[in-house]
Amino acid sequence: MFKRLLTLSLTSLLLMTSDSAYAAEEVNVYSYRQPFLVEPLFNKFTELTNIKVNVVFAKKGMAERLAREGKYSPADILLTTDISRLVELRDKDLVQAVNSTILDSAIPTQYHAQDNTWFALTTRVRNIYSAKRLGKINLNYEDLAEEKYKGRICSRSGKHPYNVALVASMISEHGEAYTLDWLEKVKANLARKPQGSDRGQVQAIHQKLCDISLGNSYYFGKMLKDDKQKVWADEVYINFPNQDNRGAHINISGVAMAKYAPNTKNAKALMEFLVSEPAQLLYAETNMEYPVVKGVPVSTMVASWGDFKADGLSLEKIAKNRKAALTLLDKAQFDL
Amino acid sequence: MIALNNSKTWTLSNYLLALVLLIPVLVMLFGGLTASTQLFLHLWQSVLPRYLENTILLGFFVVLLAVFFGVISAAIITQTNILCKSLLRWLLLLPLAMPAYLIAYLYTDLFDYAGPVQRTLRDWFGWQSPNDYWFFDLRTLSGAALMLALVLFPYVYMLVRGAFEQQDQNLIKASRLLGLTAKQSFLRVALPLARPAIGISASLVLMETLADFATVQYFSVNTLTTAIYDTWLGYGDLGAANALASVLMLLVLFVVLAEQKSRKGVRHQSSRPSINKTVIVLTASQQFFASVFCWGLVAAGFLVPLVMLIIMVVDYSSVNQFSLLVSTGINSLKVSVIAATITVFIALSFGFYQRFHANKFRHLPLRISGFGYAIPGTVLAMAMLSTLGPVDHWLNDIASYAGLTSPGLILSGSLFAIIFALVVRFLAIANGTVVNGINLIPHSLDYAPASLGVSFKGSLIKVHIPLLTKTIFVAWLLVFVEAMKELPVVLLLRPFNFETLSSQVYQLISDEMLEQGALGAILIVIFGLLPIVLLNKSK
Repeated sequence: MFKRLLTLSLTSLLLMTSDSAYAAEEVNVYSYRQPFLVEPLFNKFTELTNIKVNVVFAKKGMAERLAREGKYSPADILLTTDISRLVELRDKDLVQAVNSTILDSAIPTQYHAQDNTWFALTTRVRNIYSAKRLGKINLNYEDLAEEKYKGRICSRSGKHPYNVALVASMISEHGEAYTLDWLEKVKANLARKPQGSDRGQVQAIHQKLCDISLGNSYYFGKMLKDDKQKVWADEVYINFPNQDNRGAHINISGVAMAKYAPNTKNAKALMEFLVSEPAQLLYAETNMEYPVVKGVPVSTMVASWGDFKADGLSLEKIAKNRKAALTLLDKAQFDL
Repeated sequence: MIALNNSKTWTLSNYLLALVLLIPVLVMLFGGLTASTQLFLHLWQSVLPRYLENTILLGFFVVLLAVFFGVISAAIITQTNILCKSLLRWLLLLPLAMPAYLIAYLYTDLFDYAGPVQRTLRDWFGWQSPNDYWFFDLRTLSGAALMLALVLFPYVYMLVRGAFEQQDQNLIKASRLLGLTAKQSFLRVALPLARPAIGISASLVLMETLADFATVQYFSVNTLTTAIYDTWLGYGDLGAANALASVLMLLVLFVVLAEQKSRKGVRHQSSRPSINKTVIVLTASQQFFASVFCWGLVAAGFLVPLVMLIIMVVDYSSVNQFSLLVSTGINSLKVSVIAATITVFIALSFGFYQRFHANKFRHLPLRISGFGYAIPGTVLAMAMLSTLGPVDHWLNDIASYAGLTSPGLILSGSLFAIIFALVVRFLAIANGTVVNGINLIPHSLDYAPASLGVSFKGSLIKVHIPLLTKTIFVAWLLVFVEAMKELPVVLLLRPFNFETLSSQVYQLISDEMLEQGALGAILIVIFGLLPIVLLNKSK
């Protein structure tokens, strides 16, 4: 029995490990970004350079995986959304600086790390969606705590990175005590327990469960382009908050090079490709994000939402307040 | 009892195997020791008590519902003359092929405010807004419990049905001769005899429930699993996450041991199963209620979600997705078949060891190797990286020292890690089933071949394994289907350019693109169905 078991396990071991093959010209990517978005980008890159792109799509745990793989990690490039995730990679010493004049000149200073350990590729706004039935309204994030919105606000989990980053920016602006109070009041205004995605909240507005929700800008475009979801989006206005003061909260999607990247040359080529005009246009068109490179036009649909004032708060500061933000979200029992 | 084999190598190999399987659990427990007390204190003061309460309530309700569904349907099928019995007999297994998170998404779509059910009601009664009427909210703790129970009850049904069918009919007959009615004899003899099967399947259901992440997250029911995710991925504290996971595991262990203890000494052997079975003849109204109950379970746990998926595929079909689905489907099959086969081999080895060896601690390999089931997939995946990572580093260091090209992460970065994790996670299922099957073989059959001069090995191959064919198949099937559905392990450990059906479907539906994931979801269900249909045909 045992002998047979041993033979079996050895054979299967061979079968299992045969997948990790290493070809000549390639680059390995760990991506939090979804296939529909990055696959066209990578196809274009391979077409131009003949470098094959291998991808692991992940939803969570990228930093942990990298840390454990250590110096033998096959990863070259890390693609992710949310500034805190990028900064976390650097703080855990999992990435390396990339010195490239192309990257430096293409990306505005506030959108890449001073030590060149991370680079933004696109920006996105944390918008406030409001039901058209309310008429045009002008809102600040702070206003969501007002008594008159009791039972009228919908939100996804407070602990989603996009909400955590917003809370972190509130801490930067107002301090922890104010932010906790604000969170408790917003929590009290919620129409239902935080759940679902940003789009799910707009659906809830469409269902008249609530009137106001928080959501990233590109979801509005994605809903408008979806047959089923268009009716939801038609029910709301997309508002850019805090236009009379500090501006709307901005988050990014970005890229970094793994500390032990085995294919640094190819990795750098891929990073530089991602800020080239064709790549930036793809980001703008397929996912309706704001290209980070100045001069690359946003999609016509995004342009139709109008210009806005962006919060100038340093992204690094937002990342630094992340843990404090999580703690406050727990204290306010936001998700319970 | 006389032991038939006292080989030391056998002991050694079984212990070694159990130890290897236990390593990830140990890594997790030791990792827990590095937890930051400050974070713990913060969690305890804010959210942890609520999470614990939710966890216990959820486990309690799911087990209650699953046992209710499973035992009653098993009893109806084995003890009564319900119509379409042979059809229902296997239809009741089908919900096993449905991942819980999938039916959670589908039923939410169906019963939501914008869903077809509420829309129709509004049309009929002229209601205008949510304030005009009351409608149950599925996205609650009880809703999550119902969703989980609907797809987990077949465990109870399958094991309890097996127990009923294999029961010694002489006991039932004796009870009838002593004046009990068919119903009384069922309640007083057959049901208590099925206790072990109920206990084992209930603990399987409990462990599945506690490891679930996708369903509770979608319903925003915060449980201990949520807390583990938060501490690990939110606060970035793997130590505290490990400590919480250890608490969760000890909780499960406590329940499982208590269950085992409570039925200690209960023997359930049978040498004369299913001869001239007497059945309870149902009256017309009983027939009606029994049919509604069984068909209701099949419909709610399988048919309705399947029809919804099919409608979505028809509405949103696109041909170019199909080739991608074939390759991910093959990946899923590969992983699941390998994992199920290895798991069943190990379970047999441990099962025979505890039956035949004289070692005082012969139960130990079985016991300790089952712990993995109590670890949520994500935590197990992390433990896998912590375990295999250093081994990989060590291999690479040796290679570079010897001047060879570095082999890369051949264990932690390949399918090996996924399959190892699946085996650790689902061995408890195979163990439970195999031990249950072995216990049903009378001890007289252990000694008979020996007294006829057949070697121990020969008696295993000629007597025990043939008697266990069905058990082995059931165990394999259970692990296979679970492996097809397993999500977090695959999500966290997959190598480059590797997607399985479940990872792909989950990614689509968690982005509210359920319609585009529908075809893949149907494939998961179909693959899950194949063995169930095969199993039914083989009889």
